[in-house]
Amino acid sequence: MTDSQWPLWEVFVQEEQGAPHFHAGSVHAVDPEQALQNARDVYGRRGALSMWVVPSVNITATVPADTGPFFDPANDKVYRHPQFYRTPRGVKVF
Amino acid sequence: MDADLFAYLLRIADDRLVLGHRLSEWCGHGPILEEDIALANISLDLVGQANHLLQLAGSVEGAGRDQDRLAYFREAVEYRNALICELPRGDFAFTIVRQLVVAARDMLLFDRLAHSARSDLSGIAAKALKEVRYHARHSADWIVKLGDGTEESHRRAQRALDDLWRYTGELFDTDGVERRLVERGIGVDSSTLAAEWRAQVAEVVERATLKLPADGYMMRGGRVGRHTEHLGHMLAEMQIVARSFPGAKW
Repeated sequence: MTDSQWPLWEVFVQEEQGAPHFHAGSVHAVDPEQALQNARDVYGRRGALSMWVVPSVNITATVPADTGPFFDPANDKVYRHPQFYRTPRGVKVF
Repeated sequence: MDADLFAYLLRIADDRLVLGHRLSEWCGHGPILEEDIALANISLDLVGQANHLLQLAGSVEGAGRDQDRLAYFREAVEYRNALICELPRGDFAFTIVRQLVVAARDMLLFDRLAHSARSDLSGIAAKALKEVRYHARHSADWIVKLGDGTEESHRRAQRALDDLWRYTGELFDTDGVERRLVERGIGVDSSTLAAEWRAQVAEVVERATLKLPADGYMMRGGRVGRHTEHLGHMLAEMQIVARSFPGAKW
């Protein structure tokens, strides 16, 4: 990214009441109000209930090298999974 | 035929169609991708409003003209838009100042028309009101950035305001058509919108550190079909496909 671009903002959109805001994409803008307006024009035209914009520089993200230590599902540590534990008698299983 | 209502609908529709087309000229030329999309969206809103209003006008006229016929097969002298809508798009400051001036008027107009005794017109107005509120917010935000920005952006925004001011008076002219429709509870007397419009524009202009121009001579003529030379050129481009291939579908 070069200096000629305005700062980048990440856009999160909520489409239904109670639903989570999901990441829709990003826009360039010089301030929060303009970021919201640009986000509305680029990502909100199909209908949205709520929108968040966050300066991209404020997001701390994992790097690819983190994938192993951060996200290993630990399949070898069976006690980390709920299935490891017996359901007590009398508890209704759904 | 309800001649007053037909004439009235054409005015409101033509403001939107002509301004919307002017704004569409920015498509692909916006200062930044996001703004390019924003201007195209506003343009589409305006053309969409014109579409509904011309459709209604066609049915009021009852002569078999649909919205396409009215948009593409009328000459410049038959157009009833205010002159401010047809001026060439100019630089970005000119475009944005014009959008604010017109959107601020549209907000007041549609707010009133949303209570029109004609339910078809009030329905169109209620939907359009939501759109023009956003248009006003978008342009006001930009004017503050331009006016309170760099020396060049300030100078250009002030020049746009000065150049456009003499075209604003026409937006608030009224006539017998409007007065008769007011009596029937259908239309709005444009002159009653002027004071509030001025206050809203003045508020933005002040925030933008710009100066409201003095009221001098006002240009008018659009409402009776006396247009600038610019409208004919614009219509030639807008209408050529429909006129070259009448009835074409795609």
